[in-house]
Amino acid sequence: MRRNPRDLQRYNASERANHWVVGICFILLALSGLAFFHPAFFPLTQLFGGGPWTRILHPYIGVVMMAFFVIMGLRFWRLNVIEPRDVEWLKNVNKMVDGNDHDMPEQGKYNGGQKLLFWGLVGGMVVLFLSGLPMWRAWWKLPADVVRISSLLHAAAGVWMIGLILMHIYAAIWTRGTIRAMLYGTVTRAWAKQHHRGWYRKMTGDNS
Amino acid sequence: MSSLQSLDIKRRSATTTPSPSARSAHAGEVAKLIDVSKCIGCKACQTACMEWNDLRDEVGTVAAGVYDNPTDLSAQSWTVMRFSEYENEASGNLEWLIRKDGCMHCEDPGCLKACPSPGAIVQYANGIVDFQEENCIGCGYCVTGCPFDVPRISKKDNKAYKCTLCSDRVAVGMEPACVKTCPTGAIMFGTKEAMKDQAEERILDLKERGFDQAGLYDPAGVGGTHVMYVLHHADKPSLYHGLPDSPKISPFVGLWKGVAKPLAMAALGAAAVGSLFHYITKGPNDVSKELEDEMEAKDREAQANQETAP
Repeated sequence: MRRNPRDLQRYNASERANHWVVGICFILLALSGLAFFHPAFFPLTQLFGGGPWTRILHPYIGVVMMAFFVIMGLRFWRLNVIEPRDVEWLKNVNKMVDGNDHDMPEQGKYNGGQKLLFWGLVGGMVVLFLSGLPMWRAWWKLPADVVRISSLLHAAAGVWMIGLILMHIYAAIWTRGTIRAMLYGTVTRAWAKQHHRGWYRKMTGDNS
Repeated sequence: MSSLQSLDIKRRSATTTPSPSARSAHAGEVAKLIDVSKCIGCKACQTACMEWNDLRDEVGTVAAGVYDNPTDLSAQSWTVMRFSEYENEASGNLEWLIRKDGCMHCEDPGCLKACPSPGAIVQYANGIVDFQEENCIGCGYCVTGCPFDVPRISKKDNKAYKCTLCSDRVAVGMEPACVKTCPTGAIMFGTKEAMKDQAEERILDLKERGFDQAGLYDPAGVGGTHVMYVLHHADKPSLYHGLPDSPKISPFVGLWKGVAKPLAMAALGAAAVGSLFHYITKGPNDVSKELEDEMEAKDREAQANQETAP
């Protein structure tokens, strides 16, 4: 049930499910990937049934994540095309980080930071997927140097992705009233007007 | 051979604290010396390796057109004779270069550096690099790290295998099985120093017989190896079935398993802790009270309009 029937729908059920399939895969991949990357995290393999199981599962989860990420990317890329107003927004991002977003330039459904994050994740996923394939020894053995470069790129892209997702999660926690958009789909009108004025006007026709 | 009871571990994969190292190699580090110029290619060493380690590979076929049999190292063949035909233009001779291929037991082992599983690869104080299959997860990073393309992942159990330098025999004072069996004495075993001395004599001998470029293969790029070759053409190791001229751990592996690890951990740690401190210093990014009131008024207005509507 909607708490307030006038709340605005930000994500439909299918979009939310898609996001969380990718999200769950990401968490599993980050935990298992860190286990392979640094000895301090090797005990995380216990979450997956031990080292060999972690090694077996990681690439398959990666393929699932890539598939659902592609669907999500196709759904959202148009909304993430960077426009001049996003550049303006990004120029003022220090005010936002400082905790005062009241006189930020108007934003559409996504602000400049979210759009940059989107493209950062797209780039990271492409590198992760392409560099992960040559490392998948269950299926093929490629020339050593190809695997070596891939291993380095895979680790770098993995750290890049974990960094971006930390930012993504923090932004969602920091901006109160955001997480519900991805849990049950709606946000309050006040939230929309404060954080995404352009989107608010488009959704409500309220130009005040 | 298991390292669980060993007190003489110099290095252990994916381990950042010292390993049990109360016992050191008092007699000195060991080495196997393979004198390629004395090898007749009889493959007795391959057979001895099979026998001692109880391995049975699929027998290769003559269809490969070479004497190498099997044609490559595998989880069941930890050593393979490599036959290369070399036309020496200087002397006009056709030389048959035969090299016993297998793990070189690097002093700075790329496999151990790359391995993500704690204790799946160890290096004993005597220099032997040994895989502990019970800890192996089958990721193949050792293959990625090895400059000599030696480790092989078994198709059957997905564990990595390679020559152990008969660490089980050496531990009880015996020489490796291949050394024991070699009928020409081309394979020798002893302390690394003794083997270097041995090689030096042999190299002098070879030089007297016209092999000006004879020399010892103990590549410095991997810190030296605990399996060394006496080569008649030490200036061109690659003649011997592609033995790397100057092997070293690939810079990509060096970066990946070196500076990338602490850097990445510092960056991610800073991001996580920085986020927390941002929250507690700046507070949440909340919707203003003013806007909330405005919206509540609008909600009431909308409701009133609905009620008065016909």
